[in-house]
Amino acid sequence: MSSTLLKVSGLSMRFGGLLAVDNINFDVQSDEVFAIIGPNGAGKTTVFNCVGGFYKPSAGEIALDGKSINGLPSHMVARHGLVRTFQNVRLFKQLTVLENLLVAQHTQVENRLLPGLLKLPGYRRSEDEARERSAQWLDFMGLREFANREAGNLAYGHQRRLEIARCMITKPRLLMLDEPAAGLNPQEKKDLQGLIDTLRREFNVAVLLIEHDMSLIMGISDRILVMEHGKAITTGTPEAVRSDERVIKAYLGEE
Amino acid sequence: MGNNVKHAFVAAILTGVIVMPVFGLQLIRQGAKTLMEPNFSFVLIAMAIVFVGQLCRHWLLLPFKKLKRGLPTLPAAPTGGNKLLILALVAVAVIWPFFSGRSSVDIATLVLIYIMLALGLNIVVGFAGLLDLGFVGFYAVGAYTYALLYQWAGFGFWEALPIAGAMAALFGFILGFPVLRLRGDYLAIVTLGFGEIIRLLLINLNQFTNGPDGISGIPKPTVFGMEMQRRASEPGGQTFHEIMGWTFQNNHMVIYLYLMALMFALVTLFVSTRLIRMPVGRAWEALREDEIACRSLGLNPTRIKLSAFTLGAMFAGFGGAFFAARQGLVNPESFTFIESALILAIVVLGGMGSQVGVILAATLLTVVPELAREFAEYRMLIFGLVMVLMMVWRPQGLLPMKRPHVELAK
Repeated sequence: MSSTLLKVSGLSMRFGGLLAVDNINFDVQSDEVFAIIGPNGAGKTTVFNCVGGFYKPSAGEIALDGKSINGLPSHMVARHGLVRTFQNVRLFKQLTVLENLLVAQHTQVENRLLPGLLKLPGYRRSEDEARERSAQWLDFMGLREFANREAGNLAYGHQRRLEIARCMITKPRLLMLDEPAAGLNPQEKKDLQGLIDTLRREFNVAVLLIEHDMSLIMGISDRILVMEHGKAITTGTPEAVRSDERVIKAYLGEE
Repeated sequence: MGNNVKHAFVAAILTGVIVMPVFGLQLIRQGAKTLMEPNFSFVLIAMAIVFVGQLCRHWLLLPFKKLKRGLPTLPAAPTGGNKLLILALVAVAVIWPFFSGRSSVDIATLVLIYIMLALGLNIVVGFAGLLDLGFVGFYAVGAYTYALLYQWAGFGFWEALPIAGAMAALFGFILGFPVLRLRGDYLAIVTLGFGEIIRLLLINLNQFTNGPDGISGIPKPTVFGMEMQRRASEPGGQTFHEIMGWTFQNNHMVIYLYLMALMFALVTLFVSTRLIRMPVGRAWEALREDEIACRSLGLNPTRIKLSAFTLGAMFAGFGGAFFAARQGLVNPESFTFIESALILAIVVLGGMGSQVGVILAATLLTVVPELAREFAEYRMLIFGLVMVLMMVWRPQGLLPMKRPHVELAK
């Protein structure tokens, strides 16, 4: 059963005289991997920032499950189940791997002052559960042995995986990945592809993806939106996009 | 070598420029007139010293290089802590004043007040990473809350204490609201201004606060409603020593104050240790690391920063009320910027976020100036020197914070 999870219509973002995103429309189904591709500076990350509430769009409508999330502050958007990773990994570098995952559960755990100060049973249980969930995700990502290591000291590939785990532990409905394969070696890219596939199947999460790596995109995306200079060129299945002349022109230039 | 000479020459010129207004031009008063008299020999001597010193810099620094390598590296602050050891330390701290002189107990009380303040500021600066230069403002709010409640409403210490904490917390909340969107240096400047505003208000609200004279005759804390004085202040009242059947000694009050300060410091230590292991504490640290990532995970940065600011201010408020009770007198002079700087220095010196480090630094920075009273004039100079040396030798503080190690069940 799939339904429209995210619907973006007429999205525009203007920075002074620059129209970074110009009238973009797309929707993401609740069981879909949707990719946005395009040359550097096409406005992909700006779309992400608008959807995630980090920018206030100049025009357009963003709706989650038919309800508008326009203008909500980013932390409220996240609480609605839209979480993201960043182009350059943003971990809490001086916190341990485990603490990174515990922080992400802030809104799920008992976070009031008094129960914590008095260590009431409810608080202890909530903390135990949070640690338990963290342990499960560390196992899932193969990061358990690093649990007490400072996140900033992890290998880059592991940092990427930890960032995805940190998103997933918030139980999102839409996982937004901003160039998750950047800086990964071929084996890690392959693992990432498997990971995204598993996340979608086992955790019922839709994935919105920005990526430059074509083999990854073509391998896992259900549909692709191609952008250039802030405008949408086309939306379609990988096969359709691959053979689209305008896309080829945008990537390779004109003959 | 030529480079060295050039360097020394530039340094000497700079010295001349800096020293000129201080030593080169001396003000001399002749009757009603003030004359400026040039006196360049001092300047020339200073320039010569710097020139030679810079030329021989390499050889002069040699022993220090060895020193830097030879210095022992301090361990990071322990996290779990040995319960028995802590209990033993507390027991010693409780028993010690009964066998000690009055003046050392007095200094120890001062140390404990600073420990309390620094642990409070540590929440804001160390944990949450918000540079607060106006912390003394909240300390002043706490002190004056008690003083004013006593003067205008006749409140005793214990009744005023929770109100003092709440008032300081309220001020922290009110200040926090508009300024917490600022970051780093900007936040520091605004909080600095806030500290000054509080002090100026206290000076200028003459009709309430007695202006620069302050409020005096503030009563000392009672022991469960019993006064600790030679004679009861009201006829028919009984004092502590009468009930206990002791002869009156001034020492008792000093020891009582010390024990109270110890209790306050321990409570602050306990609460802030708990806080940092709680979700809110983790959120503070996460926010210090990366605010955008926090927002992307659904954490509300404003709320989290406000909680740090408010809680830190509350501890300052308690400390302030105790300070007022101990001194028996408050005036705006006690709440100048230099106090904020001192408390901040304690936090930085101890190692931001490290509780044990902060306690150690508070002890050092309070006891050493008391021991070296003859050098009081050079206090700030030595202070600055210590800070510079610390930043070179151990920028992370005396006992930097160590991350907790958690064993995960299989």
